[in-house]
Amino acid sequence: MSPHAGYNFGFLDEYAKKEIRRAILKAISIPGYQVPYASREMPMGRGFGTGGLQLTLALIGADDVLKVIDQGSDDSVNAVNLRRFIEMTCPGVSTTTRTQDATLIQSRHRIPELPLTARQILVLQVPYPDALVVVEASEEKRKTMHGEADYSRLLVKLYEDIVKFNEITISHRYPTRINGHYVIDPSPIPRWDVPELDHSAALILFGAGREKKIYAVPPYTKAQPLAFDDVPFRVEDFRDEQGRRRGCHRCGCTNSFLDEFTDSSGKKLYQCSDSDWCDGQRRSPRE
Amino acid sequence: MNKVLEVRGLSKIYGPGCASCVESTGPEKETNLCPHCGSVVALHDVSFDLHEGEILGVMGESGSGKSTVVKNLYFDQMPSSGEATFFDADKQHDLFCLNAARQRWLRNHRFGMVYQNPHLGLNFNISAGGNIAERLLMSDLMDYGQIRERAKALLARTEVLLSRMDDLPGNFSGGMQQRVQIAKALATQPPLLYLDEVTTGLDLSVQARILDLILEIQQELKTAMVVVTHDLGVIRLLAGRAIVMKYGRIIESGLTDQILEDPQHAYTQRLVASAL
Amino acid sequence: MRASILKVENFAKHFRLHEQNKFIPSSHDVNLTVYAGELTALIGPTGAGKSSVLKGIYRTYLPSAGRILYRHALDHEIDLVHASDHQILELRRCDIGFVTQFLHCLPRQATLDVVAHPLVTLGIAREEARRRAAELLSAMNLPERLWSVSPATFSGGERQRVNLARGLIARPRLLLLDEPTASLDPATSEIVIGLIEDLKAQGTAMLAIFHHPELTRRLADRVVELSPPPALAKSLEKECA
Repeated sequence: MSPHAGYNFGFLDEYAKKEIRRAILKAISIPGYQVPYASREMPMGRGFGTGGLQLTLALIGADDVLKVIDQGSDDSVNAVNLRRFIEMTCPGVSTTTRTQDATLIQSRHRIPELPLTARQILVLQVPYPDALVVVEASEEKRKTMHGEADYSRLLVKLYEDIVKFNEITISHRYPTRINGHYVIDPSPIPRWDVPELDHSAALILFGAGREKKIYAVPPYTKAQPLAFDDVPFRVEDFRDEQGRRRGCHRCGCTNSFLDEFTDSSGKKLYQCSDSDWCDGQRRSPRE
Repeated sequence: MNKVLEVRGLSKIYGPGCASCVESTGPEKETNLCPHCGSVVALHDVSFDLHEGEILGVMGESGSGKSTVVKNLYFDQMPSSGEATFFDADKQHDLFCLNAARQRWLRNHRFGMVYQNPHLGLNFNISAGGNIAERLLMSDLMDYGQIRERAKALLARTEVLLSRMDDLPGNFSGGMQQRVQIAKALATQPPLLYLDEVTTGLDLSVQARILDLILEIQQELKTAMVVVTHDLGVIRLLAGRAIVMKYGRIIESGLTDQILEDPQHAYTQRLVASAL
Repeated sequence: MRASILKVENFAKHFRLHEQNKFIPSSHDVNLTVYAGELTALIGPTGAGKSSVLKGIYRTYLPSAGRILYRHALDHEIDLVHASDHQILELRRCDIGFVTQFLHCLPRQATLDVVAHPLVTLGIAREEARRRAAELLSAMNLPERLWSVSPATFSGGERQRVNLARGLIARPRLLLLDEPTASLDPATSEIVIGLIEDLKAQGTAMLAIFHHPELTRRLADRVVELSPPPALAKSLEKECA
């Protein structure tokens, strides 16, 4: 691919990258704290992953190996477009779909099933960065609440959930407390992925382009989903009516996050949401 | 009896304030609006003590500054000047010198407030039980079962039907909303409770039962209370001591029976005469 | 000679009504002493300010002049004219009782609790306090069916008994009595007189106003006669003339 005349490596100018990197450093220094930054105009609509993209572009170097996924899939339109854009603006960068080969992974809505390693960075695209937005409309007040680690109103939400439904019904964006202080919105990952944040070997970065915020879960940092002492946090339950763990119809895996869909005959099917994981299981099943 | 609260020289001015604010306002000037700079002198030089288990009545008409007193002490507002010391077991807290987090901690753990308007004291988007849960969660109780039990006990104590525990406060009667507010205020068993016109606007029979409840609580828990009201009947019933306010100043203070039977200030005499 | 509990020196009380711009003298130059185990009676014509003296001591009225020296159990003296509100409240709780002709009590409270209340504030368990209240009420012939209801609906005589029971139950060191038998039938009066004598025998100091000279003769160890203040005396003379 030929370099596009007039565009800097990584599309962003170096000042923009510097500012984003400074914000990243601050975010790592204050785990879970939302660092404001000057989100740049990108040649795509906000809400299509511009926050994650800016992080990726500020981080990426010519020797990086990039993987882009959307809802666990490398092949969805959104992932493909983002990958193409990065390939186009970052000459020399190689891309992959294999989780273990990537040094930099940009993702929407999932954390890969394969445990990440210390030489990897995961960038998550975030639509709504502030977990408190559901209980407090004023950003000024939310900032004070974060500063004082005042999350009782979020916990009341969980309380009301249990009162109404007998369980905590939050399916994604589960409020998670980082390093014992700030509660973050971990982006629309399912509950299944939340435990992966805790003491992750890889650096996990969150970018919200529209809301102009960057935050981080640094490597080996405590990440606790909010819960009650006697009503602990639970991940999704994939058991069938007989109580057996459902498996992927494609690879047979019974310990991955499953997507449910209906085939042409109207039958319900379950399949790994992480397509690379699924392919890997088909090549060499672990169990 | 140990002192719980000591207030000295509390003042609150809304507006820019000027050198003539204080001398141009007050009961003698019959206004709290400074004619020079247009500021409102809501409070000037308010001082009083409150002892353990004691109920202090703060009375006066609207605009006298009586509600401003408790709003400042509960950190809903910050005073322009003055000091307040809260004596908590072996600790002393200089209220207006604390940082916001410490103030919030005291508010959540050691103070309770019941407002005239239940919308100020309750979150109408969450259930009655959830409102109490919020206060318990603020004080770091993290066990759902225990939270439920405590909320039930508090609502039972304040005579709210337990079958309505999970209903939204908006579906409750005014008296019931005040009961939920009282239950919420009491959730952390605070040694100090502020009550701001809590029975105003309620039916007489409902008022009576709320006042009874407040007295029972004071006797059971030895909670010190500051009761703000324009109603002499409420003061007579609840308060051992009272202060009378007008245009932001304390014009008279004393034992409640003395203020009602031998009022000294012309304004108090008029107030008492018109009530009897 | 017995220990003096209360010394009133040059006490005066007048009222200033701002609205009407009036000055109303009530008590004037009152001097008296009350001893432990004795009853001092205040006598004098209507308008001599007898009740004002009692209310001044209890601080329901703010005294206008003079000293009111109260001697504590621990033998130190306090001037009730200048004592702080909290000191007065503490004395009311522990030391000084006041029985007036009128019953001021919380509405909707059961009679038994009304009477037991002074004991409860002294830290006595509610059950024990109620037991002693029941004892006293039955001694005063108040029908048991009335104990669980509020005195608000009682007849004058019944109310007065509740009022007395509440004043006597905690056995105060100093008891102020303002016409305590005013609305009682002779039989109940006798019971009350008996109770007052008992209390006196146990060392309570009393300052009393009786509506009947006969009672003063029977119960008083000392009598202090008050006269109307000069200004008032003059205006009374004018009225009579």
